[in-house]
Amino acid sequence: MTHHGEKPASETMPSSDRGMVILVATRKGAWLYHGDARRENWRVDGPHFLGHAIHHLVLDPRDRRTLLAAAKTGHLGPTVFRSTDFGRSWQEAARPPAFAKAPEGGGRAVDHTFWLTPGHAREPDTWYAGTSPQGLFRSEDGGQTWDPFSHINDDAQYRAWMGTVQDGTPDGPKLHSIIVDPRDPAHLYFGMSGGGVHESLDGGKTFAPLVKGLEVVEGFDVADPAFHDPHCLRMCPTDPDRLYQQNHCGIYRLDRPSDTWRRIGKAMPKEVGDIGFPMVVHPRNAQVAWVFPMDGQSVWPRVSPDGKPAAYVTRDGGETWQRLAAGLPATQAWWTVKRQAMGADAADPVGLYFGTTGGELWMSRDEGAQWSCLARHLPEIYAVEVAAT
Amino acid sequence: MKVSIPTPLLSYTQKSEVEASGASLAEMMHDLDRQFPGIRFRTIDEQDRLRPHVRFFVNGKQVFDLTQPLRETDAVAIVQALSGG
Repeated sequence: MTHHGEKPASETMPSSDRGMVILVATRKGAWLYHGDARRENWRVDGPHFLGHAIHHLVLDPRDRRTLLAAAKTGHLGPTVFRSTDFGRSWQEAARPPAFAKAPEGGGRAVDHTFWLTPGHAREPDTWYAGTSPQGLFRSEDGGQTWDPFSHINDDAQYRAWMGTVQDGTPDGPKLHSIIVDPRDPAHLYFGMSGGGVHESLDGGKTFAPLVKGLEVVEGFDVADPAFHDPHCLRMCPTDPDRLYQQNHCGIYRLDRPSDTWRRIGKAMPKEVGDIGFPMVVHPRNAQVAWVFPMDGQSVWPRVSPDGKPAAYVTRDGGETWQRLAAGLPATQAWWTVKRQAMGADAADPVGLYFGTTGGELWMSRDEGAQWSCLARHLPEIYAVEVAAT
Repeated sequence: MKVSIPTPLLSYTQKSEVEASGASLAEMMHDLDRQFPGIRFRTIDEQDRLRPHVRFFVNGKQVFDLTQPLRETDAVAIVQALSGG
């Protein structure tokens, strides 16, 4: 096995020191911020994989020790690295996510693995991965070998909904937001940018679109999943029947068994709008969720509206929203927060964390009431995950 | 045959020149991957296409076809055409 990005032992955290870890994935490497249980003192460990684009870095909540990193460089193909000692050593996947070989030629190749989701608690070695271009993959051995999962990668209908590489986001169309229902490992959701929201009730044997109620860009056919662009889906841990979604065309909520999304973002202030990338849900209260709006007008600047960044919270399921900007730059801040780059811990009060396209890591210990900057001068931040260690 | 390894792949081989065998470029890459697991997929995709920015030279001449025959006396160089910021 190769050991990329190996770190000297003196720079790593003793495993007995329980606390939080913020996993920061960037365009040019990964950083781990180890914090105490009070979230007051943080120690940086990194860079890992300096020069690699790390799209997602995720700690397995089932064992609290297995880390997976989705990596590529500008010149090397995509792969997945795995660590079981908080990054002291890394092992590369023996078989990273890759599409099936097309016998007639012209088949798709994974450009990068974009999203990693640990499997169900009863399936301890199972992980899911979403890629760009859109593909769904599964590992059943803790991320060491990956196989195409379900029919969608090569299904003609799904391929039509996925579109071409020119139909997706600027750095490639993505399959993301893979969600496993904690009550049932066979109940799965995912989103495609573009290509809509999809659900399986049979462990991935079949998937079906779940786009009713979602809006699309004016002039396109709302009934065609190809024109739907979910940016981020989240399931509420205490109410898995409730999903929140930040979409290209607004903020939505879905309460199953209904199959119709409701645009709760219409209650956002008109001057801010309800366009953005991340969506965060409260670990214990399904009425509470956060977004980080961006400017989605005219040519889609994808920056904070008017250069004034702020999170917004709803505490009533989307009926009303409140601005959370204390501590953030009051003006002339032209960054934004990508879809994987905002998360919450499970403490009380909940801690919120986000990383910016300008390489800053921010946190709040009080559910967004007050923000403070934890790190500056990092590369563009792609993903922020927070986990108890 | 001798194979020259570019800097971005040294994490696999630990040295800039290694020995590999094979009657074609494709066979040589499989042998390299046997010795240094993972190196092939970082340079050749799942459809057997060279990845962007990856170039192969045989005896100083650029080669684009993985079926290119090789002899044990050939010198192969894998080159990464670095670009971007």
